[in-house]
Amino acid sequence: MDFKLNEDRRMLDETLTRFLADKYEITKRNEIAYSDAGHDANIWKEIAELGIIGALFTEDEGGFSGEGFDIALVFEALGKALCPEPFLGALLAGKALVAGGADHATMLEDIVTGAKIGAVGFEEEASHYELAHVASKATKNADGYELDGVKSVVTHAQIADVIIVSARLSGDVDDTAGLALFAVPAGVDGLSIRDYNNVDGGRAGEVILSKVKIASNALIAEGEAAFALLETLAGYAHLALSAEGLGIMEVMKLQTLEFLKLRTQFGVPIGKFQVLQHRMVDLVLEIEQARSAVINAATLSDDAVIRGKNLSAAKLTIGETGHKVAEEAIQLHGGIGMTWEMPVSHYAKRLVMIDHQFGDEDYHLARYIELSKSA
Amino acid sequence: MSEVEIFRSEVKTWLADHCPPEMRMPITDDEICWGGRDFVFINNAQHSWLNDMAAKGWTVPAWPKAYGGGGLNGDEQKILAEELGHINARSPLQSFGISMLGPALLKYGSEQQKLLYLPQIARGEIRWCQGYSEPDAGSDLASVKTKGVDDGDDFIVSGQKVWTSYADQADWIFCLVRTEPDAPKHRGISFLLFDMKSKGVSTKPIKLISGSSPFCETFFDEVRVPKTNIIGGRGEGWTIAKYLLTHEREMIGSSDLLFGGDDVCGTARDAVGLNDDGQLDDAILRAEIGNFIVDEMAFDAHMDMTKGYMRAGNQLGARSAELKYLGTELNKTRQSLLMASGGANALTWEDAGNIVPQAPRAWLRSKGNSIEGGTSEIMLSILSKAILKMPS
Ligand SMILES: Cc1cc2nc3c(=O)[nH]c(=O)nc-3n(C[C@H](O)[C@H](O)[C@H](O)COP(=O)(O)OP(=O)(O)OC[C@H]3O[C@@H](n4cnc5c(N)ncnc54)[C@H](O)[C@@H]3O)c2cc1C
Ligand SMILES: Cc1cc2nc3c(=O)[nH]c(=O)nc-3n(C[C@H](O)[C@H](O)[C@H](O)COP(=O)(O)OP(=O)(O)OC[C@H]3O[C@@H](n4cnc5c(N)ncnc54)[C@H](O)[C@@H]3O)c2cc1C
Repeated sequence: MDFKLNEDRRMLDETLTRFLADKYEITKRNEIAYSDAGHDANIWKEIAELGIIGALFTEDEGGFSGEGFDIALVFEALGKALCPEPFLGALLAGKALVAGGADHATMLEDIVTGAKIGAVGFEEEASHYELAHVASKATKNADGYELDGVKSVVTHAQIADVIIVSARLSGDVDDTAGLALFAVPAGVDGLSIRDYNNVDGGRAGEVILSKVKIASNALIAEGEAAFALLETLAGYAHLALSAEGLGIMEVMKLQTLEFLKLRTQFGVPIGKFQVLQHRMVDLVLEIEQARSAVINAATLSDDAVIRGKNLSAAKLTIGETGHKVAEEAIQLHGGIGMTWEMPVSHYAKRLVMIDHQFGDEDYHLARYIELSKSA
Repeated sequence: MSEVEIFRSEVKTWLADHCPPEMRMPITDDEICWGGRDFVFINNAQHSWLNDMAAKGWTVPAWPKAYGGGGLNGDEQKILAEELGHINARSPLQSFGISMLGPALLKYGSEQQKLLYLPQIARGEIRWCQGYSEPDAGSDLASVKTKGVDDGDDFIVSGQKVWTSYADQADWIFCLVRTEPDAPKHRGISFLLFDMKSKGVSTKPIKLISGSSPFCETFFDEVRVPKTNIIGGRGEGWTIAKYLLTHEREMIGSSDLLFGGDDVCGTARDAVGLNDDGQLDDAILRAEIGNFIVDEMAFDAHMDMTKGYMRAGNQLGARSAELKYLGTELNKTRQSLLMASGGANALTWEDAGNIVPQAPRAWLRSKGNSIEGGTSEIMLSILSKAILKMPS
């Protein structure tokens, strides 16, 4: 972000950017991201010690900021380094635990310090990003709740200490009423995880809940409050992922621009061809537009409709622009853009995959239209 | 019955007897028959399907019988293609020999060369790779530097190729080599054929964005190639190279591999579901798919007309760039829609239970479609020069 860059923010940006550049040189990053763990526990520990996760939370929540601009700043820096660590899980699980109140204070503290890892499972095989499309069941009993169902593509599920899941106390799939959110501790009986590597590196898993018994204070929210919380949490994801996408595009822009100046064909740098010049300028302008959309979203307006529209607009813009940047960056590189060896290919994959998390461009266009109706 | 009807009924009967049921199922990348010395057939059905089709000359129905082809006329070719389509028959043989080298040999090879190489290609005995691109000669292909030094009856070939698809699995290579170092750029290249087992040839696979390695760096260290292996004359390689490219582009633009994959409508329906009106339950994806289908219909019709034009004995020439450009851009759209259908599941590989299992790999692979065989930018340049006669 280059908006409202006060002294504290500049320092945070510099510390984080330097740290990430040092730890995630691209070959090293790929080794980590495509490994069986999908991340590096030691680096995560160092990140925790630097206190960076605290930027995602307010002082009341145990952090030191929590402002939209700081969340965006952190995730933009993560994007620039293609960092595969569980920051998004920390942000979302942390904010959910905040909503859960006193019973979740210890876990929240551990998430904010980075001592523990959080994950969220809101998606199911058939949800296609719809937060209320929940078939997983929660049944209340004398000791607490019993959970049954499968949550899909839960990022970092295997290494999480706590997974926040949505399940249904009553009603049909797609009803917003009857939803509930629970904090499911790792290792509880009946919880199993089938994990796998993602296309863009990192790891996710199917979280299978089979007669999982949890205490009544594992409940974080229920009913319409649960749906409202889901929307708030998804909103944080929209901001974080959009900012991450922006960071990725910034890097791809530089990589491609440099390539156009260096690569020679027909006796001239290919950047001399006017078609390519125009295509490059187009990309740069679109990235600037996307940056503006992210800045809008980072204001996290108190007006829920404006906030939601800004967030969907940002995620939609990043989705669209991201597809275009990924496509063009590879195309302008020619054959070498298809190779594992060129960093640009890994950036392109992650960039497009961001569109497959928490709603793609189609989803956010529909959501933007829907929110505009109510305004 | 007319002659054509008789032919159709013969084809029907023959196919019913000879196309094994396993060869009538949708094909995946791993199940393609590439032929070649070291090819391992996935099953007997694949082997007998190739042998039976080759014996009829139907791996290359348009080629003359003398060279292992079917000697079919335009109408007969169309009937055979239709009947193969009706039973969903797999292609018995995919090969760069058939789609690229063969047409060049038919036009520019000597009689002796045709008799030697073409039947082997038709029977799938020799697998070929394409040694065109070099690190500094991509779009600017005519600046190839791999050199062939005159040494009596042979050329001594040294240099490097890159992006050579399946070089590590190919038996022979058709290769652009600079044999006339003093001639102008476009007149110093010769079109040479040689065995990949020759002393001095080595390959190194290149890992792709998808993690697989279908193409290689190919190195030549003083490889001895008999002068009789030259196609056309010395320094005439560029003409042949360009002619071959028109066939490559036609192949890429019309490839079953591009268009035989997952059906967009069906995949989206399974992944996203239908609403109460029986429409795809996602208005925006529905509109995008609608647009795509309309484009695809137009392209199919365009392709049908083009095929008719070629069956009538015409060459596509520069218009192959049109097919290549439209076909590959369309395929990229199609792959993106398949990915969009998958939603969050498209983040995972097929073994993770992805509901659109082939999509991520096919999507990543499709990014190469607008680069291989000449980039989209180069296709547009060719069309603006050759068809629109724009000043250059
Ligand atoms: C509504 C309007 C108001 C105007 N007002 C004024 C005014 O107040 N004062 C004044 O002096 N003029 C004015 N103009 C003229 C205007 O500045 C010229 O029309 C403009 O600069 C283009 O010049 P041209 O018409 O000669 O087109 P050309 O320069 O001949 O261009 C024709 C086409 O070729 C393209 N082209 C040209 N060169 C290149 C290149 N190097 N690379 C790629 N593409 C190229 C152009 O983009 C255009 O599409 C006005 C024009 C319009 C349409
Ligand atoms: C999947 C795949 C398989 C391949 N298989 C083979 C094979 O078997 N054998 C083989 O020999 N080669 C093969 N290739 C190589 C392919 O032919 C080249 O990659 C292609 O011709 C482009 O060359 P390049 O990669 O050097 O890109 P460059 O030529 O460096 O192009 C980089 C960018 O500059 C653009 N550009 C270049 N010149 C101009 C211009 N004059 N005007 C406008 N834009 C321009 C290009 O369009 C591209 O966007 C394969 C490539 C791929 C991706």
